[in-house]
Amino acid sequence: MSFPWAKHYEPKAPFMRWIDEKLPLPRLVYNAIGGGYPVPRNLNYMWNFGVLAGFCLVLQIVTGVILAMHYAANAAVAFDSTEHIMRDVNWGWLMRYAHANGASAFFVVVYLHIFRGFFYSSYKAPREMVWLLGVVIFLLMMATGFMGYVLPWGQMSYWGAKVITGLFGAIPVVGEPIQIWLLGGYAPDNAALNRFFSLHFLLPFVIAGVIILHIWALHIPGSSNPTGVEVKSESDTLPFHPYYTAKDGFGLGVFLILYFAMVFFFPNSLGHPDNYIPANPLSTPAHIVPEWYYWPFYAILRAFTVDFFFVPAKLMGVLAMFSAILVWFFLPWLDKSPVRSGHYRPMFRKFFWVLVIDVLVLGYCGGSPAEEPFVMISQLATAYYFLHFLVILPIVSSIERPEPLPFSITEAVLGSDDKAVLGESKA
Amino acid sequence: MVRIIGILVGLFFTAAVLWAFGNGAVQVASQDYFVEKTAETEFHLHPKELDQASDHLVAHWDKQQLQRGYQVYKEVCAACHSLRHVAFRDLEQIGYTEAQVKAIAATWQVPGVDPVTGEATTVPGKPTDYFPLVYLNDVAARAANNNAIPPDLSLMTKARHEGPAYVYSLLTGYSEIPAELTAEFPDFSTPPGLHFNRYFANLNLAMPPPLAVDDQVTYADGTPATIDQMAKDVSAFLTWTAEPSLPKRKQTGWPVIGFLIFATILAYLAKKQIWARAKKKA
Ligand code: HEC
Ligand code: HEM
Repeated sequence: MSFPWAKHYEPKAPFMRWIDEKLPLPRLVYNAIGGGYPVPRNLNYMWNFGVLAGFCLVLQIVTGVILAMHYAANAAVAFDSTEHIMRDVNWGWLMRYAHANGASAFFVVVYLHIFRGFFYSSYKAPREMVWLLGVVIFLLMMATGFMGYVLPWGQMSYWGAKVITGLFGAIPVVGEPIQIWLLGGYAPDNAALNRFFSLHFLLPFVIAGVIILHIWALHIPGSSNPTGVEVKSESDTLPFHPYYTAKDGFGLGVFLILYFAMVFFFPNSLGHPDNYIPANPLSTPAHIVPEWYYWPFYAILRAFTVDFFFVPAKLMGVLAMFSAILVWFFLPWLDKSPVRSGHYRPMFRKFFWVLVIDVLVLGYCGGSPAEEPFVMISQLATAYYFLHFLVILPIVSSIERPEPLPFSITEAVLGSDDKAVLGESKA
Repeated sequence: MVRIIGILVGLFFTAAVLWAFGNGAVQVASQDYFVEKTAETEFHLHPKELDQASDHLVAHWDKQQLQRGYQVYKEVCAACHSLRHVAFRDLEQIGYTEAQVKAIAATWQVPGVDPVTGEATTVPGKPTDYFPLVYLNDVAARAANNNAIPPDLSLMTKARHEGPAYVYSLLTGYSEIPAELTAEFPDFSTPPGLHFNRYFANLNLAMPPPLAVDDQVTYADGTPATIDQMAKDVSAFLTWTAEPSLPKRKQTGWPVIGFLIFATILAYLAKKQIWARAKKKA
C-alpha cells in the first residue's frame, strides 16, 4: 500500500514490542503519519489544510460535548440555556465562542482544501475515491452546521430552519409530506429542535468515520503534489515524520493565532445579531440569511426567480442549489486532461481564477438582501458556475495544450534528476 | 458519456438562470431604478460613533459609569423594559458591595407567594432573584404601548448591528421630520402614537423619547445628567448586561495570542532546521 522504500516500524523498547504484538496500533500510526509514510518532498502550504480540518473536527467535538452538558434541547428553554452557558457556566462563554467560531474556521479550512483540489485536480485518478469521500464529508458538514445553528433557538435559528426545511416543499407531490416528516410538525418546534440536537451530536462522529475512509483511500496512492507528476523514486519523497509533522505544526500555529484572535476579539462578527433575539414564530426578520459558509449556495437558490417552462422557479432553485455541490462528484470524469496541476495548464488556470472570483461574488450576493442588483449579479454568477464545471472544464480539458511537465518531483525541486538522463524522455 | 450529459445539464441550468436574468433585466429596464427609493432607504442613519472603556485594547468596565447606567435603567427604562437574564447578585460585578446589592434587590418587587394564603403575589427581591418582567404577557405589553412590545434589554446591544452605538444613537436620535424628507416623500408621515427617529430602521418607532430633559435622573456621583450623558451611561450598562464577561474575554485573549505567537515562532524555527536536512541529503 505504500512505496517499497517506506521505512518499517521497528519497536526498540520491549514494552512497545509487546504492544505491537498484541495490538499493532503504534505501527498503524507510524505508517499513517510517522516515518513509515513517504510523502512527495515538494508539497506546498496548500497541503496543510487536510490536517487542519482534522484538528477543527476534534475541536468541534470537544467544545460541542462540553456545551451539550449544559444545553437544554427544549423550545421553551433552549435560548435561555444558551445564555446560561454564556453567563453562569465557568468558561462557558469561551466554549460557546470557540464552538461557533470553530464551525467558521472549519469551513474556511475545508473551502481552501477543496479549492486546492480544484487547482491541482487532486480529484483525478488514482484519487477519485478520496475526492468522492471528501464531497460526502462536505455534505455532512453542511447538514451538521445547519442543525447546530438551529440549537440556540434565536430568530435566525428559527427562520433559517423554516426556510431550509421549506425548500423540500418545492418537490412536487411528496414535498409537503417530506417537510412535515422532517420537522415532526408543520413548523419548526420542539420536535424539530430535539431531533436536530440528536443529529447534530451524531453527525460529527459519522464525519470522523468518513474521514478515516478518506485518509485510508488517500494512503493507497499517497498524496499528490504541486507538479501533479506521480512519485517515481525514493528521492521524490520524504518521510511524513519529521518533515511534514514539523510543517503541519507550524501551520497549526498560524491557524490557532488567527482562530483565537476571532474567538477572543471578534467572536460575534461572523454571527447575525438577530440570533440574540429569542425565536418568535410571529415576527419574521427583515432579511433571513444563513451562516456565511452557505452564502454561495443560497445565492444560487435565490437566483431562479422565474418559472422555466413547466419547472416552477422554487423547484429550479432547489435543484440548482443541490446540483451545485453534486456536480463535484462528477469532476474526475468531467475533466479529462492527462495533466493534473494547474501550473501546467494555461487555459484551465485562468478559468480556475474566474471560478474563485465567481464563488466570492456568489457569496457576497448570498449574504445580501434579495434585491437588485444582487439578484441579477447572482444570476450571471450562477450561470458561470454551472458553465464552468459542466461545459468549460470538459471542453478545455480536450482542447488545451499543457505546458511541458518536469520529469520528476526531484527534478522540479532540485533542477535535475540523475534518472532523467538515462533515457526517459523529458517532453 | 458523462461529459455529454454534463454539458446538457450545464446548459439546462444556464438557460434557466439566464432566462430569469432576462426577465429581471426587462423589468429593471422598464422601471429605470434598481432599488426603489423610499424614505427609509434615503433617510435612515448609521449609528453615531461611541467610545466605551470596554472597546479599548485593554478592555475594562468603567464601573462608575455602569452604576450611573443602572440608575438610568432603574428610574427610566424599567417602566417598560425587562432585563430578564440579569440577577441582582450580578450587580456586584459593577462595583456594588454585597450589602448594597441586598438593599438594591429589596427595592424591586418580584413574583412570590403570599406566606399566609399561598396566593401568587409580589415580594421584595433577594440578591438571587432576576430582574422582574414588566408585563404579564405580550397582550398586556401591547395594550400599554400603542400595539408595540418593548423588548427585553438584557441582550439588546448584541441583538443589533453596532449595538452599544445603536442604543446611544436611538436614545439621542429623536427629531422633527426634516424638510428635505417631506419635500422628497410627501406621503411620508409619522402616525399618531409613533415617534420619528432616523436611527430606527423604518424611521417611526413606538417608544416615546425616554430621555426627554436634562437632569431627568440625579446621579449619585454628581456627574451632570445631560441627555447625552444618560444615553451613554445606559448604553454602557446594557453593554455589560449583554456580555458581563467581555473584559475577561479580551484580557484572556492577549496572553493566549502572545503564547501562540511565541510557540509558532519556535515551530517555524524547528521546521526550518528539519527541512535544512532534506536540502543537504538530496
Ligand atoms: C414608555 C415605555 C418605554 C420606556 C420608558 C422606554 N422604552 Fe424603549 N421601547 C419601548 C417600546 C414600546 C419599544 C418598541 C418600539 C417599536 O418596536 O416600535 C421600545 C424599543 C426600544 C429599543 C429597541 C429598538 C429596536 O431597534 O427595536 C431599545 C434599544 C430601547 N427601547 C431602549 C430603551 C432604553 C435604553 C430606555 C431607557 C432609557 C427605554 N427604552 C425606555 C417603550 C419604552
Ligand atoms: C472534515 C473535513 C476533512 C478532513 C478532516 C480532511 C482530511 C484530509 C487530510 C488529512 C488529507 C491529507 C492532507 C492534505 O492533502 O491536505 C486530505 C486529503 C484530501 N482531501 Fe480531505 N478532508 C476533509 C474534507 C474534504 C473535502 C470536503 C474534500 C473535497 C470535496 C476533500 C478532498 C480531499 C482530497 C482530494 C485530498 C487529496 C489531496 C492530494 O493528495 O492532492 N477533503 N483530507
